[in-house]
Amino acid sequence: MTALKGSGPAVCIGEDIDTDLVIAGRYLRTKDWSFWAQHVFEDLDPSLAGRLKGAVLVAGKNMGCGSSREQAARALHEAGVLAVIAPSFARIFFRNCINVGLPLLECDLTGCTDGMIITFDCTEGWVEVDGTRYLFRPLSPRMQEILSTGGLIEYWKRRKER
Amino acid sequence: MVTLSEKILGAPAGTYIDRRIDRAFCHDGTGIQAKIIYDAMGAPGIANPDSVYIIYDHIAPANNSQTAELQAELRTLARECGVHFWDIGSGICHQVMAEGQVAPGEVVIGADSHSCTLGALGAFATGVGASDMAGIWVSGETWLRVPDSIGIHLSGSLAKGVEWKDVALTYVARLGMDGATYAALEFIGESTPSVPMEGRLTLCNMAVEAGAKTGLFYADKETERYLAEYSVPCPMQVLENPDYVQDCYLDLADIEPVCAVPHRVDTVQPVPALAGTHLDQVFIGTCTNGRFEDLARAARILKGRRVKVRTIVVPASERDFLKAILSGVAADLVQAGCTIGPPGCGPCLGAHMGVLGEGEVALSTANRNFKNRMGVGASYYLCSPSTAAASAIYGEITDPREVV
Repeated sequence: MTALKGSGPAVCIGEDIDTDLVIAGRYLRTKDWSFWAQHVFEDLDPSLAGRLKGAVLVAGKNMGCGSSREQAARALHEAGVLAVIAPSFARIFFRNCINVGLPLLECDLTGCTDGMIITFDCTEGWVEVDGTRYLFRPLSPRMQEILSTGGLIEYWKRRKER
Repeated sequence: MVTLSEKILGAPAGTYIDRRIDRAFCHDGTGIQAKIIYDAMGAPGIANPDSVYIIYDHIAPANNSQTAELQAELRTLARECGVHFWDIGSGICHQVMAEGQVAPGEVVIGADSHSCTLGALGAFATGVGASDMAGIWVSGETWLRVPDSIGIHLSGSLAKGVEWKDVALTYVARLGMDGATYAALEFIGESTPSVPMEGRLTLCNMAVEAGAKTGLFYADKETERYLAEYSVPCPMQVLENPDYVQDCYLDLADIEPVCAVPHRVDTVQPVPALAGTHLDQVFIGTCTNGRFEDLARAARILKGRRVKVRTIVVPASERDFLKAILSGVAADLVQAGCTIGPPGCGPCLGAHMGVLGEGEVALSTANRNFKNRMGVGASYYLCSPSTAAASAIYGEITDPREVV
């Protein structure tokens, strides 16, 4: 199960952050998902990995561009990120986040800084930061269903049981 | 009227559809992760093994025991399930699929971002991650959002020394790294009949670098000529005055040799402005520019000369490598001092076989120059095969028009 609503401090990163920067190519070949949480954002800012647990990641436009590596979404999820917020996402990263059970919100939070408390609700489609509520288009029912069951693995298991 | 994406997917832009997938492929990197997901789903069996392809290209051959063991597990699954399997040395998944596995009008999903390459054949081809691939394995289908389309209008013809890669880098720079996010690119216009298939593959390959879901050429006489070599039938696709959300006009005659400079694919400069930039390594290969025609272009420049800087050449496929051997192209490259690697991705993704060191500078025919991608602390410029070959001779960025 994934919580589609939550609250946590913001960790802010820039725009056009590619998935190579989220998790480098040299770390991809393993079955141990927690390994990626240790090396997440290593080439961008090694101090980030220790600040992601319970945090809301706030990125600039085109978050997750480049490589299709699902390890990028998995690394953020394993590191304990509650949700990723950006004005726009690269489409494969977008699908990957849904599939690993990591909520994402398409919303421009320019001006948000590290540590600001962010409250979000994916089903209703809003984010609150510093007393201001921003509305965004909610995820499609299918995406919400995959996300809320905890990702594509649980979604398929449940579909098979029906 | 409808776009080619709308026609193939059978629904208007913006619609969410569930679609049976005609070809689903992955490589050793994403395939291993897809197998982990598939096992976690309870290994329920592969719905349509004849549509599933596994092709080893990313770390091929394996670089260490851990990779070898993971690759062995996936190899076993591939054999047990009866899916199409190509082992190391066969080539890059996109090129292997382009060599007779895909027909116009098909829906093709690859677990790799450059799966858009196959739009060159008039297929709807796009990339997904490992879980989506596992989902297609077990169900034979996936959900898709029918994309809006952007028209890339090609007119005029290329000047001497200018290549399709220069056109690709130019349009990505024009659109920007996220200029086409969620949309499909359609390459149309008076010049498209004269774009050879290898050029179409290069142009469609880089669609994702502008954020696009795919890039498409309408199947025409050139597609038919190319597919005849593989005995693949080629239904023609007719342009029906489609509705585009945006148009981008490129007069090929205006395009000059360019490089994408560190560390953004959408930031290009004319090669003359960069002339003299010191290089530590040149790399000619990848799903963008590792085809026989690319190697032949490089060989035309390097024949009878000697490279001044270490130069790695990696053919895109076994077929491309064999053509290079039989035509003498490979001999010209080796005599010029190039190191030829086994068909596959080579150092492009920074995992093996030519990764750079801190402070080193490389010129590459690949599609990405992201920071640290091909080696931590190194810098990468992207260019055409001719620019790469000319630059290899001098050990610095060199205008190919001055060498041809």
